[in-house]
Amino acid sequence: MRRFAELLDRLVLTPARNGKLTLLVDYLATTPDPDRGLALAALAGDLDIPSVKPAMLRTLVTERMDPVLFGYSYDYVGDLAETISLVWPETSHEEERHDPRLSEVVATLQRAGRSDGPRIFADLLDRLDIPARFALIKLTTGGLRIGVSARLAKQALADLGGKEANEIEELWHGLKPPYLPLFAWLEGRAEKPASAALAMFRPVMLAHPVEDRDLETADPADYAAEWKWDGIRVQATGEGGVRRLYSRTGDDVAPAFPDLLEAMDFEAAIDGELLVGSPSATGSFSDLQQRLNRKSVSTKLATRFPAFMRCYDLLQVGGEDLRPLPFAERRARLEALMASLDPERFDLSPLVPFGSWEDLNARRMSPPHPVIEGVMLKRHDSPYIPGRPKGPWFKWKRDPFTVDAVLMYAQRGHGKRSSFYSDYTFGVWAGDEAAPELVPVGKAYFGFTDEELRQIDKYVRDNTIERFGPVRSVRADMKSGLVLEIAFEGLNRSTRHRSGVAMRFPRISRLRWDKPPAEADRLETLQALLPG
Amino acid sequence: MRARDLLHTRPEGLYCPPGDFFIDPVKPVERALITHGHADHARPGNGKVLATAETLDIMGIRYGEGFAGSMQAATLAEPMQIGDARVTFHPAGHVLGSAQIAVEKDGMRIVASGDYKRRADLTCTAFKPIACDVFITEATFGLPVFRHPDPVDEIARLLDSVRQFPERAHLVGAYALGKAQRVIRLLRDAGYGETIYIHGALAKLCDYYVAQGVDLGPLAPATIETGTKDQFAGAIVVGTPSAFADRWARRFPDPVACFASGWMRIRQRARQRGVELPLILSDHSDWDELTATITETGASEVWVTHGREEALVRWCALNGITAQPLHLIGYEDEGD
Repeated sequence: MRRFAELLDRLVLTPARNGKLTLLVDYLATTPDPDRGLALAALAGDLDIPSVKPAMLRTLVTERMDPVLFGYSYDYVGDLAETISLVWPETSHEEERHDPRLSEVVATLQRAGRSDGPRIFADLLDRLDIPARFALIKLTTGGLRIGVSARLAKQALADLGGKEANEIEELWHGLKPPYLPLFAWLEGRAEKPASAALAMFRPVMLAHPVEDRDLETADPADYAAEWKWDGIRVQATGEGGVRRLYSRTGDDVAPAFPDLLEAMDFEAAIDGELLVGSPSATGSFSDLQQRLNRKSVSTKLATRFPAFMRCYDLLQVGGEDLRPLPFAERRARLEALMASLDPERFDLSPLVPFGSWEDLNARRMSPPHPVIEGVMLKRHDSPYIPGRPKGPWFKWKRDPFTVDAVLMYAQRGHGKRSSFYSDYTFGVWAGDEAAPELVPVGKAYFGFTDEELRQIDKYVRDNTIERFGPVRSVRADMKSGLVLEIAFEGLNRSTRHRSGVAMRFPRISRLRWDKPPAEADRLETLQALLPG
Repeated sequence: MRARDLLHTRPEGLYCPPGDFFIDPVKPVERALITHGHADHARPGNGKVLATAETLDIMGIRYGEGFAGSMQAATLAEPMQIGDARVTFHPAGHVLGSAQIAVEKDGMRIVASGDYKRRADLTCTAFKPIACDVFITEATFGLPVFRHPDPVDEIARLLDSVRQFPERAHLVGAYALGKAQRVIRLLRDAGYGETIYIHGALAKLCDYYVAQGVDLGPLAPATIETGTKDQFAGAIVVGTPSAFADRWARRFPDPVACFASGWMRIRQRARQRGVELPLILSDHSDWDELTATITETGASEVWVTHGREEALVRWCALNGITAQPLHLIGYEDEGD
């Protein structure tokens, strides 16, 4: 349990993806079965253990210590799990306590019933040290939140066994914690586990962005074009009565979209974009946001913001794997299938006819719907290849919006950037034309080169007017200040920001050392971009 | 005699009228008794200074030889008379030279403990509980949440991370006096024999510890002249906490930011500072040690200073000991 606790603590504070991977692989390589599989399940959110209510925890701890001292402690720390892990009275000397295995702790929790739950939980806390108590409480209160995605966990498994992450993703949904056959295969002790599960995930095919010369040598006649919808990439799969809705990384997102799941009465695997509204009236991005990042959804919300799927590829029909077929053939099969699907929940992503790249470029720049972020190009003869092969598929995004803003605050970065002021809050002018003031409109921490980072860092240090911990307030008025050209993908209304706008995907596109801050943009410029 | 006639607070610090001296004054005074060399306790500009020989040396290193009008070295456990008060220095186990100061008159004994810890530390003399009527305790970590782990385990965590990330430099932030030397000494005790690189601000104090017989093993300045960036890959670099937020830190390859401090017990503290590997390593007593020490001194009254006074006062009340916060200003709440 101690090693698991240490892993959690390290993962939370390690900012870099590669650092997290190193920690995960090291843990998996040096921890025995079944503990490592259970740890993995805990990280991926697949561990089934009874949950514990915060109120019960509070009761347990205040039965054991002075409530006033507990109150001081909780006020100071601010996190209930952490406070309890720290103040829990030590019942025996450290040397007498042994370090139980994670599997032992999980088995104990799974045996606990409703009536003896609190006693069993308290006994466990008595046996653990501080970091392990913290891990236990976080596990059972369902809030690990340590910045490890399912994708990262699968990548760690792949690294452990020298495999491709796609292979793990394809297997994943047929496996159960503690994944013994998977580890046996990764360590070369057994054959690859057969994927026995119905409606398995098929790793998705991704597109490269169009770069400068990509289209020069490409023949427009070889490609089909579609609008690139800014929804969520999903894979809807039905097999033998089992229905699954996967995200592009193979996470099952069905619980958040029961309305769509209900309409999935087919034996097929369809690739497409999940959107909100209806096929005849696609909703806005902020409508879509209402349905994002939810574990479940109320009937009211599902009625107000119904989910539907815009289908663009067909990977499987019945027992037939279509992935080796060329795109044109898969597309024809998809068109044939569409007739049997619920037209309120599924529609076909239309092809965009074009004669030349110039022609397509013109369409790309003026898409017919605000949720379109560009066009997709797919070679007629391309099979469906997992990953991001170069050539068969391209995404050609609409050019971003840009605005000239003034640097207002800079915050020190993490990891490699911990000695640099690398996270920037910028603002535009608002209010009275004669005496305007800057209102913050966003924050960006990439888009610049290492050399530019050094320049901005120096500028920040030389022009600091106030410091608040890791944040510096930078001189920014009509006469002096650094103008940043900010690129962004779109704008939403926001009630959380004073400016009333929130940028999507802002990044720094140019440093405008040449531009006087008084000539930076005004808030009205941004407001004009807001959806009606 | 009443306790407050023997010691009470004044704006300059803790004052003893019978002996006409201050303990750790925050403003210059005629006669000062100093518990240890940390900057918030030992300040320059006093008339006469009485402290252990090591503390006087450390003040000389930090402030230059003329840091006070005159200096006198106190020998541990040897009582001396100052005016009408009897004064004895006893070891505090905080940093090299640190002492508690016992002040007595007419059968009343007050112990001003300064900062103290109870854990084993090979870089200084161990704390000794002194029986007294009034015990003045620090409260830097005076909350039940502060429970320091075994320093050996914390150093093992650091060495584990060095093994996991051999291509990165581990930068350990540690205060220049005491903590830095203790971290280095603990690494040596764990069998780490490699050269440890140190920030320039630590050099003189490390040299002094070595001269006092604390073996720190091979040390080298962490300057760019000692090698290329890659030479620091896999290395441990010790520096003051502020140095790592500075441009100085850029010479190291993809550094792992570590910080050796009792504050690292609280995750949010580590997060705010951008610390990747918090090492919970303190030169102060944790909650269990503070309360155990109060009991051991047998004091019937406790005065609580710098830190989280209210929790210790509450604990004393629950345990039938008279206690009050001593509102001394000028001591760093953050010190560790």
